[in-house]
Amino acid sequence: MSQPDRSAEISALYQEMILDHYRRPRNKGTLEKADASVEMKNPLCGDEIGLQVEFDGSAVHDLKFSGRGCSISQASASMMTQLVKGKSRDEIDVIRNQFRDLMLGVTSAEDESRLGSLRSLSGVARFPARVKCALLAWNALESALEGRP
Amino acid sequence: MVLDALRDFYETANANPHRGAYALSVRATECYHQARVRIAQFLGVADSDCLIFTRGTTEGLNLVAGSWGMANVASGDEIVVTALDHHANFVPWQVLAMRKGAKFRVCELTADGRIDLDFLAGMLNSKTRIVAFSHVSNALGTINPLAEIVRMVREKSDAILVCDGAQSAPHFPVSFDSLGVDFYAFSGHKMLGPMGIGGLVGTRAMLEEMPPYQTGGDMIEFVHDDRTTWNVLPHKFEAGTPNAANAVGLAAAVEYLDNIGMDVVIQHERSLMSLAQERLSAIKDLQIYGPPPAERSGVVSFTMSDVHPHDLATILDGEGVCIRAGHHCAQPLMRRLDVAATARASFYVYNDESDIDALVSGIIKAREIFGYVTA
Repeated sequence: MSQPDRSAEISALYQEMILDHYRRPRNKGTLEKADASVEMKNPLCGDEIGLQVEFDGSAVHDLKFSGRGCSISQASASMMTQLVKGKSRDEIDVIRNQFRDLMLGVTSAEDESRLGSLRSLSGVARFPARVKCALLAWNALESALEGRP
Repeated sequence: MVLDALRDFYETANANPHRGAYALSVRATECYHQARVRIAQFLGVADSDCLIFTRGTTEGLNLVAGSWGMANVASGDEIVVTALDHHANFVPWQVLAMRKGAKFRVCELTADGRIDLDFLAGMLNSKTRIVAFSHVSNALGTINPLAEIVRMVREKSDAILVCDGAQSAPHFPVSFDSLGVDFYAFSGHKMLGPMGIGGLVGTRAMLEEMPPYQTGGDMIEFVHDDRTTWNVLPHKFEAGTPNAANAVGLAAAVEYLDNIGMDVVIQHERSLMSLAQERLSAIKDLQIYGPPPAERSGVVSFTMSDVHPHDLATILDGEGVCIRAGHHCAQPLMRRLDVAATARASFYVYNDESDIDALVSGIIKAREIFGYVTA
């Protein structure tokens, strides 16, 4: 791949939306009473996400995240918390699969209108080494939802 | 040169060494032997049979832990490593200690990323069986005071000394015979050689008393139904078809390095590192880890408060600059530095000042993208 292409891809990767969530993360902190707490690390690079979820039946009533890592991992976590709050397990599964497809380059941002701000992460698909950063929070959420009705 | 040597081997000597009576196998045997002699010469090993080919440093260290360690370490013994070490010179000893019920002890560091020699002195005693340390830290570039460590360990204990040479063999002259350690492991791919080849050097006395590490073809003398006797050095530790082609490739690499001169290599790196230190120090919010450049080899490890090392690595990649971002396979060190990751720029014979220009402008570009983020 030629140099200018890579530079353009990098500009496309670091969307204002991502930097905004990195700078001012939403739902960052801890819940007073959580039904599930998950810690997830990316051992290869050291990104860390802690996720706390409070359920209302099968729906996510509230959730907060903590941790440290690169802009992609932290912005993805921040956007995720906004998007899944109040949604049912089934709805979350649909979003999660759509986001995964977007990250793996199976679909493009235009196909995934339901993903909202998460579409700003579509540039990550061109950086295979960074996909795991974007999916870290989602893997934590999947783990938190495990065994729920 | 290395690629030519590989091609030449596969075109003219592609057979299993030490096997056939046919000319091709004889030629393969000769090439493999000559490669060993050449690499031994490069590393100052007079007795080239004491150079065992391995897949790299990791396998060399595992060989010592699996063979000498399993045969000689007992419950209650102590194994010492340092917090500066790569996982490859940390985990094999940790696992060995757990298997044997030995005590695994980690030597602490000074604030600027050196082995704390006073701490080390306090750890050594008659129970210490193994002291494993790196000649040069892969994460920070710290050149450890090998001679002082050897003297201290010999004086205060009967421990064997195992040196991880992955970052010293490529960067400055090393003469194993005068190092005073019992084992020294290195990797070919870090010194212009092919991937998947490296070696372990040991003293003949040690290697001869050690049991085999892996068993199979080539490493045997006689196989009876009820017992087997072992081949002589170095074959005792080289079970199976050897990576002869890559050994030949590595021999070509050390020939190339010798033609440049290892003194010239270290001088070249030093001047690049000093320049990089100067240029990087001038960047706001950039922190460099480890001792001053004169006491380091090959790398500058740093963080910038508002740009994560991963983001930095991705942006630099776009500028054609490859840096490592992460924990550098040294998580115990990262915990002590209280960082999750650092960015690390490495220098070698093929780098020049223009690479530092590209590095600096890439970092400035990253700052521009992330500039308004306050950590």
